[in-house]
Amino acid sequence: MPSYTLKVNGQAHTVTVAADTPLLWALRDNLGLVGTKYGCGMGLCGACTVHLNGVPVRSCQTPVSAVGNTPVTTIEGLDPAGAHPLQKAWCDHDVPQCGYCQAGQIMTAAALLKQTPSPTDADIDAAMAGNLCRCGTYVRIRAAIKDAATKKVSLEGPSPDGPRSVRRPTLHESTEAVS
Amino acid sequence: MNPVPLSRRAFLKVSSLASGAFLIGLGAPHEARAEAPATDQPWTPNLYLRIDPSGRITIVSKNPETGQGVKTSLPMIVAECLNADWTTVQVEQAPLDDRYGRQLVAASGSTPDGWDDLRVAGTAACQMLIAAAAEKWGVPVNECSAENSQVIHSGSGRSLGYGELASLAAKQAVPEVGTLRLKSRPDEFKLLGKFVRGIDNPKILTGQPLYGSDVRLPGMLYAVYLKCPAFGGKVRSANLDALKREGGVHDAFVVEGTSDLKGLLPGVAIVADTWWQAEAARQKAVVAWDSPNQDSSAGYADQAAALKDAAQSTLQREDGDVVRTLERAHRVVEGSYHYPFIAHATMEPQNCTAHLDSAGNLELWAPTQNPLEGRKLIAETLAIPADRIRVNVTRSGGGFGRRLSVDYMVEAAAITQKIRRPVQLHWTREDDIQHDFYRPAAWHHFKAGLDQQGRLLAWDHHFVTFSREGNLAPAAWFAKDYYPASLTPNFRLRQSMIPCSVPTGPWRAPGHSAHCWAHQSFFDELAQAAALDPVQFRLQLLEQAYGKPPLDLERTRNTLKAASKLAGWGRTLGAGRGLGVAFHYDHDGYMTYVAEVSSDRPGQIKVEKVYAGIDVGPILNRSGADHQVVGCVMDALSAAQGEITFAEGRTQQSNFHDYPLLRIDQAPEVEITYLQGVERPAGLGEIIAAVTPAITNAIFAATGIRVRQLPLKASGITVSSLRI
Repeated sequence: MPSYTLKVNGQAHTVTVAADTPLLWALRDNLGLVGTKYGCGMGLCGACTVHLNGVPVRSCQTPVSAVGNTPVTTIEGLDPAGAHPLQKAWCDHDVPQCGYCQAGQIMTAAALLKQTPSPTDADIDAAMAGNLCRCGTYVRIRAAIKDAATKKVSLEGPSPDGPRSVRRPTLHESTEAVS
Repeated sequence: MNPVPLSRRAFLKVSSLASGAFLIGLGAPHEARAEAPATDQPWTPNLYLRIDPSGRITIVSKNPETGQGVKTSLPMIVAECLNADWTTVQVEQAPLDDRYGRQLVAASGSTPDGWDDLRVAGTAACQMLIAAAAEKWGVPVNECSAENSQVIHSGSGRSLGYGELASLAAKQAVPEVGTLRLKSRPDEFKLLGKFVRGIDNPKILTGQPLYGSDVRLPGMLYAVYLKCPAFGGKVRSANLDALKREGGVHDAFVVEGTSDLKGLLPGVAIVADTWWQAEAARQKAVVAWDSPNQDSSAGYADQAAALKDAAQSTLQREDGDVVRTLERAHRVVEGSYHYPFIAHATMEPQNCTAHLDSAGNLELWAPTQNPLEGRKLIAETLAIPADRIRVNVTRSGGGFGRRLSVDYMVEAAAITQKIRRPVQLHWTREDDIQHDFYRPAAWHHFKAGLDQQGRLLAWDHHFVTFSREGNLAPAAWFAKDYYPASLTPNFRLRQSMIPCSVPTGPWRAPGHSAHCWAHQSFFDELAQAAALDPVQFRLQLLEQAYGKPPLDLERTRNTLKAASKLAGWGRTLGAGRGLGVAFHYDHDGYMTYVAEVSSDRPGQIKVEKVYAGIDVGPILNRSGADHQVVGCVMDALSAAQGEITFAEGRTQQSNFHDYPLLRIDQAPEVEITYLQGVERPAGLGEIIAAVTPAITNAIFAATGIRVRQLPLKASGITVSSLRI
């Protein structure tokens, strides 16, 4: 079997796999990066979304042999501290229900905000329509993306109002209707 | 606060660990044999709560987490009664352990089941911490109180953290359960009722291992399992030798299996170093099957048509005289409704990791709603003693009833039994769609009589459903006390059954999520016939009981009033817009939904917004509650567009291209009013039934098209993106 050196989250990894092995399974089974999820294997659900050079792709439809030197970013590498503005907004809005699709949702949203820093509802719906959420968290996904956008925080580094990791969830006292 | 009668006798256990940690647990009577752990033993999982000397509080969540939020909301109950600082609480997921009693995600039962036990666990611990502080300070107990993981002396203002008090608290007298004063009302809560985020969010949002499919064990192999596409088919032959030569493949073998559709179905297992290698080998599998199953959707439809006249039906219930009343009624209305089979399609396909070691101990890691059933099925099928089976419960990427069936657990166990290595069985989406336990289709034929005021004089219902081996097929029931039984003096329910050889099973609010649509749609037809407003017709229907209806009429009416007020029922709407309403009661939850639908092109609609009036008692976690209500709206709108069909004994759909789910561009805003009408909370994960009829009644109001068949496209309706 051939070997491929993949640049994943800033690190080089060599995997020995068949050429048609989807990047998804090289990440999950060969590199142990299980944050990227399998949902359909046909590019229909978006659960496996990663970035190739900043562009969102379906890793279940991307053969390892096609990746080459292109840098791969997964949910594990989106932000070194897990504090990307979208991760923080996802936490603030408590977006996940089962949570299984959310890594793919966040990766797609991150690419959207790079391209369109202030998206409208229509922009969000168009960009996110390839990502299924079986639990139906779409309303909060919309709200979280808009929140991350309007706070105008840098998408490349720590937030200007100081580092705030999502690793320590705190109470949010708001009781306003979530709609 | 009044002492609350416990649903079952409970008792407390206390022990002091060598580490100084203070443990308190609570169990059902049958757990009385469980001994308190010896002082030198580490953490024993029959306990709900641990307080370390460092002040760290650990609460065990015994119920599986499938996205319904119990891993956050149930520990919140303990923390509330413990007066703990939630930000320092850690939550641990319990494995299957008989000492916990019910460890099941079903029937919205986790919350009502845990409500007493968890409050007792927290309250008793808090009382012992207060007693410990009082002893330390030499002051009366009634001068001390607890908040934010501290005991405070009111006279002196002194305080001690729970960690500092843990070892002394373990030596205090254990309170009698009956003497405990348990918080029960929203105005007593400090934590419950707030917007509290999911306990697993940090892991979810950074991609850390959490789900069943994320389990990685040393030396673990991966497996796929091919079953006959036609349900129940057996393996006649397979190219096993060729499969074993495929790259990375360790083994390929036939599993004999059984004929039980809920058990271990026959198949071919392929085991490889990586999952993709196993899946790539599967593409080269040549398997011949013996498959006598010839069930088809067309055949079901033919049989349903033949049964429609009810000549072969069985009478389930008759109150009064339906036939004579219908002859004399001022108005008689007839309507027939049909909905199809649908799938669960959890985002995380079924998977299970299993290891049978050389000593004969089987350990499993399973995303399951029903770990006990998994252990039972494996023990019965594979002759592995139940006490040699350990089931670790992982977070599940969705459940919706699918993971009450544990076929994938016994498949993983059968594979590790053969290869004696740790193995992860992981289904494809195609496996998942084609080997589900589908929500059964049904046909409802209604005939109703009204008086001059539009009151329901008589209700005649012929329910055409499915059987398996002469009995009702799983989840294919309609109970004889369901409304409008007891809401009309003359009521008849007859039932006919079509033999069915495809697997069926519970799907979110089983039965209710399907039949409520037929009933509440026909109510709308009756309101129209009586020239009554749909809300007024329903309020009138809920005014008087005949006999003892299972639902509380006043609570139901209150949700109707709340939701219609929230929606501005009666307001002027533009052309091509309409509001639709429906109520329901199930799993101790009361709901009314009002949907607002627009249509600017024939046959195309948008669901603009949905309003909800919900009464499930006190809300424990506002975030989780909103999630479940909104999620039910999305789930219903999604399910109304889906359909599973069968031909030659197999499922015709296979993935999201032919079994689509709702996408963000169709997702409406949802606004909710919670009535919190009683002091005991019910579960909220299945508050879905009235969503679909609210939407289809709104479609009628907007377009004049009465949806009598689902999926929507069968009635000529497609759902458009909201923003086109």
